[in-house]
Amino acid sequence: MRKWFVVGIAVCLLAAPLFAQKTSSKPIKVGAIFAVTGPASFLGAPEEKTARMLVDKINADGGVLGRKIELILKDSGASPEKAVSFAKQLIDEDKVLAIIGPSTSGETMQIKQLCEENEMILVSCAAAEVIVNPVAKYVFKTPQKDSQAITWIFRTMEDLGIKKIAVLSSNDGFGNAGKKLLEEMAGPAGIEVLVDEVYDKGATDLMDILTKVKSAEGVQAVVNWSIVPAQSIVAKNMKQIGLEDVPLFQSHGFGNLKYVEQAGVAAEGTLFPAGWLLVVDELPDSHPQKKVLATYKKDYESLYKEDVSTFGGHAYDALMLVVEGIKKAGSTDREKVRDAIENIKEFVGTAGVFNFSPEDHTGLSLDAFEMLTVKDGKFTVYKK
Amino acid sequence: MDSGTLALQYLLSGVTKGSIYAVVAIGFNLIYSATGVLNFAQGEFVMLGGMVAVTLAHFVPLPVAVTGAVMVVALVGCLLEIAFFRRLRHHSILHMIVITIGLSIVIQEAALHIWDEKVRSLPYFSGNEISSIRFLGAAVSPQVLWVLGTVGVLVLLLHLFLRYTLQGRAIRACSSNPEAAMLVGINISNMRTLSFGLSAALGAIGGCVISPITMTHYEMGTPLAIKGFAAAILGGLGNPMAAVLGGLTIGILEAFSVSKLPAAYSDVTAFTVLLLVLFLRPHGLFGSPVGESVREY
Repeated sequence: MRKWFVVGIAVCLLAAPLFAQKTSSKPIKVGAIFAVTGPASFLGAPEEKTARMLVDKINADGGVLGRKIELILKDSGASPEKAVSFAKQLIDEDKVLAIIGPSTSGETMQIKQLCEENEMILVSCAAAEVIVNPVAKYVFKTPQKDSQAITWIFRTMEDLGIKKIAVLSSNDGFGNAGKKLLEEMAGPAGIEVLVDEVYDKGATDLMDILTKVKSAEGVQAVVNWSIVPAQSIVAKNMKQIGLEDVPLFQSHGFGNLKYVEQAGVAAEGTLFPAGWLLVVDELPDSHPQKKVLATYKKDYESLYKEDVSTFGGHAYDALMLVVEGIKKAGSTDREKVRDAIENIKEFVGTAGVFNFSPEDHTGLSLDAFEMLTVKDGKFTVYKK
Repeated sequence: MDSGTLALQYLLSGVTKGSIYAVVAIGFNLIYSATGVLNFAQGEFVMLGGMVAVTLAHFVPLPVAVTGAVMVVALVGCLLEIAFFRRLRHHSILHMIVITIGLSIVIQEAALHIWDEKVRSLPYFSGNEISSIRFLGAAVSPQVLWVLGTVGVLVLLLHLFLRYTLQGRAIRACSSNPEAAMLVGINISNMRTLSFGLSAALGAIGGCVISPITMTHYEMGTPLAIKGFAAAILGGLGNPMAAVLGGLTIGILEAFSVSKLPAAYSDVTAFTVLLLVLFLRPHGLFGSPVGESVREY
């Protein structure tokens, strides 16, 4: 009897390290759905690069709660159908703790209900207000709101005494959303929209629409809501047709130095709202975001040899918010992590300082934005 | 802006767009005339021309980059023909057209993988992004004049080639009567390869010259092909000058539509007119009815 008892203890002692090893080296699975290829790749590609870079960095520093993060990345190509099927995979098969992304609002809206029903944490990198309005318990988003961008634009117009504008937008989801908001918010801001035109997002030349703008008497500013290449084409056409003195406002989709290079000299003087990431060098060291932004910019640009963009920043914020939630909850139980994320306050991200609450799953206020302009081919803060 | 200047400005903007469509239409037209195949990958040749030139322009001066791009894309055109069309057991035109649709998708994805999704462009051939030339109060970018000039020269060269050189006449012979051409010893397959290569080269030159205006990116091929195809049909397949005029017509129609209706309807207007023309003159504005020597120049 005694002998078996001793043998039994020995076996347990020998086996114990095996068990201990398994639990502490079991990675934390985080799913990511990004539009790395396809029409939204300008969003998804930097997001994917940022996520990978961060996960490698965190794991090299010891992981979270002593465990490594395993990033399960899916490329949706901006297709909502693929996003749905990847989300199902991540929820049912991979059983991840949380999903970051998708890159576009269209995809996010398709999986919002799915994640809510399956009690899966979703931190989206898309900007549409409907993602967090009505608030779903498990769904958060990291970009600033489109309406906040527009508020900034109208504020600047008020400072400049601009009352009549032209609105140009592309015929995709982003352009449509911007057009609607601009139309809704112009009246209350005391601004009259004289010309309101939609163009094909693949348009090769916009001189005809700008001719219409030029023919409308009294247009004091042009607002363009689109992504590349139309952003550059509008800028160039405006200068070519003789509208050099009319300020051009672009959306917060202008947030990449590459777009300035493409428009060349025509980009000078463009005004657009963006987060502080693009002008981090102008921030004083005392600014709460300075350290996070400077580090992210340095790491990204030295690793990938390309300019940092605000879009990659959304993925940074999403991933770091999940990590912060895990740290605060001290566990990887999904309920606890969700509660922790919902109560995050004063969290410094790239888009701004986040303050979540049960009613506010976006967490950013108006001062997450700043009005930027292009001077000598570089981004700089716009000063009147 | 008074109405005369305004009208002129709309006209110039229409010509800008139209010249871009014309550039694609010429290539469409050549392959159709020579082989009867509608090459839906023509837009991709235009895109490749621009992409390769932009890459080369990092290392060599602009004219060398453009020449290099044209040669590379012409080679790609020939290789595609050899790889995909020669092996066909039945040279059915319909099969070949569908294959070109597949090729267009494959080339697009390949371009995405080789170059990535970013938008890029060649520098302006003269001037820069904000220079413009004034005609009687209306403005146009100097690059547009480059496009028109290039298109004009290409049409002329194509005409001379097809009329006065042996290879050109051989191509016309193949399109006119393939069996007879074979009987007199012309190698139909080689002529098809040659016409693909030429068409790719035309597309590549077009892609280079429009790059500063439209920006070059991996997805630009398909919308260009659609408009270029419409332009070629409107002008009348079988005649390169007609393709150019078709392109300019569509561009000007779109500009006219923008002046009166919301810009979102410009495509609707252009395609409605295209349909009307086809109902009344199925062979296009300047083409001759099939059966007559449509492909004779």
